[in-house]
Amino acid sequence: MKIDLARLFDLIAGDPQADRAVPPTGFTARLTLFTAAAMAFLAVFAMALSLATGRLADRWSAELARTSTLRISAPADQADAQLQVAINVLETTPGVAAARPLTNDEQRALLAPWFGPDLPIEDLQIPQLVEIIESGDGYDPTGLRARLQAEVPGAVLDDHNRWREPLVAAANRLRTLGWLAIILIAGATGAMITLAAQAALAANAQVIRVMRLVGARDIYIAGAFVRRFTLRALTGAVIGTLVGMFAIWLLPSTDVAGGFLTGLGFQGWSWLWPLVIPPLAATVAFVATRAAALRTLKEQA
Amino acid sequence: MIKLDNVAYSYGGAELFSQVSLTLAAGSFHFLTGPSGAGKTTLLKLCYGALLATAGQVRLFDDDAALMDRDAVALSRRRIGVVHQDCQFLDHLPVTDNIALPLTVSGREAEAAGNLDDLIGWVGLRGQATQLPPELSGGERQRAALARAVIMSPDVIIADEPTGNVDWEMSQRLLTLLIELNRMGKTIIIATHDMNLIRAAKSQVSTRVLRLKDRRLMQAGSEL
Repeated sequence: MKIDLARLFDLIAGDPQADRAVPPTGFTARLTLFTAAAMAFLAVFAMALSLATGRLADRWSAELARTSTLRISAPADQADAQLQVAINVLETTPGVAAARPLTNDEQRALLAPWFGPDLPIEDLQIPQLVEIIESGDGYDPTGLRARLQAEVPGAVLDDHNRWREPLVAAANRLRTLGWLAIILIAGATGAMITLAAQAALAANAQVIRVMRLVGARDIYIAGAFVRRFTLRALTGAVIGTLVGMFAIWLLPSTDVAGGFLTGLGFQGWSWLWPLVIPPLAATVAFVATRAAALRTLKEQA
Repeated sequence: MIKLDNVAYSYGGAELFSQVSLTLAAGSFHFLTGPSGAGKTTLLKLCYGALLATAGQVRLFDDDAALMDRDAVALSRRRIGVVHQDCQFLDHLPVTDNIALPLTVSGREAEAAGNLDDLIGWVGLRGQATQLPPELSGGERQRAALARAVIMSPDVIIADEPTGNVDWEMSQRLLTLLIELNRMGKTIIIATHDMNLIRAAKSQVSTRVLRLKDRRLMQAGSEL
């Protein structure tokens, strides 16, 4: 179906006389308004989910891809020596920008979620972790593992690929699901508005008969219904979007609580994205009502 | 104007009428009579494109009705004023807006605003202009329907039992209005059971009386 801008402007400007010809129908008006508001509210959350998972996937891809971890499990009397050898190996490996042993405080922080904040890490025999920062195209993990196996028997290299890739894939899938949810919401909105428009057309069969009797063309009759439903959907979507944005704004911030779910929101310019929802809902309503009206008028001819 | 050539109409497998030929020439005045159920309303609907003949050809202003799309039919309706027995108004709009509806749907409401007031005066409804249709009497509704039918200055006026719900005095007023329109050059066809109305018309204007009976259209007999 072709939609041109001039038609949309005409739609917004409206024809008061044509509007008056169709009596207001309370039930379909309320149904359309409520449906559009509810769907817009859900669409805001789906959009927030998509944008948040997108940011997460990008961050995991960008940040974790540039780092690796070396874990050295050695008897206490050999630990320092093996750590020094490992650092030497890493510093002479092409593609490694820096290698730094994690401090006790850093290791304590890593274990804090499981053992609490006051773990006496100095008294425990736990592996020493070394953070490796890559440069350029990164290092050759197979070659580095071979060297470490020969020179630091207790060292295990974790290049994060094993768990990073499924996480990034999961985040990307969540992002896709978010956009899919928006498409489904648009489809459901269109279906609901189609049903409401058909109900309104059926309830106004006498009006349609009279308008035809006096020479009204189908596009004129349809226009009275289309404009009404489009404006109702736009109004409902504006309400739903604003309420949805307010609800997102009320979510705890990442700074306060940390974690993925608390990052489920909009950041910076992305707060403008939800403003796309009302015109999108109005477009869906326009297309759905116009198709329903013209089809019904054709059937009634 | 409107021409029916060997037209038949069947509904649900049963033939309502057939071999009907009729020409509504410019400025002519026709009455259509016949028993209830003979198909008078159906025949009139064929004349304004609300129904399509099952056989034969209907021409509306030289166009074959069977080949016209819905837009073309709608445009042809603007040249045909229709008055129904039950009037068919938009009950939520005042009388003025109902009478102006043909102008509204054709986008001509501004250019004909003056005519609207004159027309409301002509049919004697100035006092009822702001009332809603359900608040009008039967005669007032028929006059409003007639005003709506003629507001576009149509070439043809089709009236289906326009006096069916009104008393004799009101029938006379409506007939007078229709005769005035005919004298202005409008083509008129009226379906009616009212033989007195036909006799009254024949005394004032040249009319042709047709009778639809036993599935055929014929010239009415000497009873008139």
